[in-house]
Amino acid sequence: MADNGDDDNQYRIKEGDYVVLKRGEIFKAVQIQPRKKVIFEKQWIFLDNAVGQLYSTTFEILSGGNLKPHELKDSASPLDAVEAGTDNRNIVDDGKSQKLTRDDIEALKEKGLKGQDIIKKLVDNHATFGDKTEYSQVKYIKKKKKKYENTVMILKPSCRILAMMYHGREPGKICHLRYDTLAQMLTLANIHAGSKVLVFETCAGLVLGSIMERMGGYGSVIQMYPGGGPVRAGVESFGFPAHFHDTLHEFPICHVNALLAGTLDTSAKDPTAENADEKQLNLAAEKEQKQPEAEEQGTPEEESMETNTGDDAGQDVEKTEKDKLKEAKAQVKKLRLEEKQRRLAATAALLKGRNADGLVIASRFHPCPVLLGLLKFLSPSRPFVVYSQYIEPLVECFKKLRECGGTVNLRLTDTWMRHYQVLPDRTHPLLLMSGGGGYLLSGTTVATDHSKPAGSKQAEEPAPKRQKLEDTEG
Amino acid sequence: MSFVEYSDFIQDGDVAILYLSHNNVMPVKVQQGAQTQTRYGVIRHSTDLIGQRYGSKVTCSKGWFHVLHPTPELWTVALPHRTQILYTTDIAFITMMLELKPGSIVCESGTGSGSLSHAILRTIAPTGHLHTVEFHQQRAEKVAEEFKEHRVDHLVTVRNQDVCKDGFGVTGVADAVFLDIPSPWDAVGHAKVAMKKHGGRLCSFSPCIEQVQKTCEALQDQGFEDISTTEVLLREHDVRTVSLPLPDFGPDPETTEEATPAAAPNHASITLKTTTLPREMPGHTGLG
Repeated sequence: MADNGDDDNQYRIKEGDYVVLKRGEIFKAVQIQPRKKVIFEKQWIFLDNAVGQLYSTTFEILSGGNLKPHELKDSASPLDAVEAGTDNRNIVDDGKSQKLTRDDIEALKEKGLKGQDIIKKLVDNHATFGDKTEYSQVKYIKKKKKKYENTVMILKPSCRILAMMYHGREPGKICHLRYDTLAQMLTLANIHAGSKVLVFETCAGLVLGSIMERMGGYGSVIQMYPGGGPVRAGVESFGFPAHFHDTLHEFPICHVNALLAGTLDTSAKDPTAENADEKQLNLAAEKEQKQPEAEEQGTPEEESMETNTGDDAGQDVEKTEKDKLKEAKAQVKKLRLEEKQRRLAATAALLKGRNADGLVIASRFHPCPVLLGLLKFLSPSRPFVVYSQYIEPLVECFKKLRECGGTVNLRLTDTWMRHYQVLPDRTHPLLLMSGGGGYLLSGTTVATDHSKPAGSKQAEEPAPKRQKLEDTEG
Repeated sequence: MSFVEYSDFIQDGDVAILYLSHNNVMPVKVQQGAQTQTRYGVIRHSTDLIGQRYGSKVTCSKGWFHVLHPTPELWTVALPHRTQILYTTDIAFITMMLELKPGSIVCESGTGSGSLSHAILRTIAPTGHLHTVEFHQQRAEKVAEEFKEHRVDHLVTVRNQDVCKDGFGVTGVADAVFLDIPSPWDAVGHAKVAMKKHGGRLCSFSPCIEQVQKTCEALQDQGFEDISTTEVLLREHDVRTVSLPLPDFGPDPETTEEATPAAAPNHASITLKTTTLPREMPGHTGLG
């Protein structure tokens, strides 16, 4: 009713799209590029045939590496005509039950036999398959499916999928932030369209991208970054529309103190931070200039001979061309620096008001100084969330915040996650993920009271317990 | 003020949150000339609230506290319960797993006390829409009233009907469907009808394992894929200062004038800041 041909488009895979490949619990983020080989789970795949198909389609990987939409044929289930046993008392695990050898199976694979058919062959050649219980048979088939079925699902990227991917593939890159913890962060920080959020993260851009997703292109996100430049590789994988990037700003933390003191000069050329970049640009420009000169070294004489003009005339033409090149490069450099200055000034203006709506910190840096430094940019009655892989730094933060005042509703939490296998008569918990997902400190800012000294009026925590002195103690 | 947009100053007609202390928050409907009793004394809206900044301190006869801008998270702990509600931990997980974001069209049943509803509205604003179904008439009316007071009514449609019989009242529009009802397996078919034909996400929340089993079966039968069941538990750490006494083994004959440790001889203990956990493990709310 609400769908028509035009709406359809946003649900279909297009060339250039950033997508996520999925098989079982394995994810991989890639970009759809024509005739580009992509490696996934030890297989080479061409994604060309995916273009035009709906997202979340499952594809079969054909022997050439090309994709074909997978038809779900539950009909030829290998279990249809097989009897089952009642328990395993007579089943001996001697490794001789399967008659097909590894080579046999490889041969079948090479023949191009489909996963489903390989599994049927395995079942047919299994000596004791009929003795297994029905549940055991189903489990066996599931295991073989995982191994031999050659399918891949193509998904539209989302915070959920990318967070799971990073956690499974490269947890070190995201400070071991588990996806349920990330979910808590986004909600506790009240991330929503139209707000102004400050982010300090060293999670490859996953946290930044997740925040941008929840803001939908409305409002603004300011990434505070350490060092030379913001790291945001992960943001690309979200495949945001171009206009989302208009809401993304960045600000180097080395200028925070100057900004807070009101001494940040964003008009003139800033000697400190720009210097490093300028030097790099200079070197790059020089290199570029040197190379063409080196190349041209051999040719000036030829050129002048070929053009049939006098030697002098030829040399002159060349010189002005070289000058033009130099000028053009200097122009580009100048424009780039000016653009950078403009962006810095614009971001500083966003921050100067000290009226940000939210703060999210998730990095390998010690959270305490980061938090204390950036809290100053928030309006009163706004949430902040700090993630740390370890609990001790957050205990310190908690302590400091209590001392300084200006925050309420402080909570130090972590979440546990438990997955369940749900099957008739076979429902039970699977693994329990705890502790390893990191910790969160969250709270809300309040107006700072400058008249009275800081300190909580009601004991937000009970007084330190004193141990009862034993009689023998001195 | 609205639950989907921040403002800086308290105005007549706003809903504000009084943060009295940890785990003690109170919602208040700001009205010119009105008064509210709190454990710290009386607050007069006209002088203490209207025109003040959100986040300011309010002083009463017996103490002081802060006034906060409402957020779905504060609402969840402050709202008057008409039913058992979903808390922030589960809400956060559900929000991510359903892939909610600005513009999402969501169907929800049962609305209950509106805890999750407010969180959904915050996330899908300004371009999304929530279709929420509640079979209890008074609850449906009450929650619709609250949506209006909270200035989010333009983003939501409340329907007073039985989702298991009559569905959500919409067809082929939802990106996500959420079920928190006694018999979710009876609503799966209706959920499918409400969802976009290109696909979408569904989540069902149930406290009992038998409900989960029946629902998973129904989902499988109706062609849903990628079915998973998860439970999320929150652990809150209590930050405290503890003092641990040091043992006295008597004077050490071998040491001469070594600097004594930080603790002076007659104050033999070390104080440190640490966390402790509650005696009981976090409570079970449900599986999603």
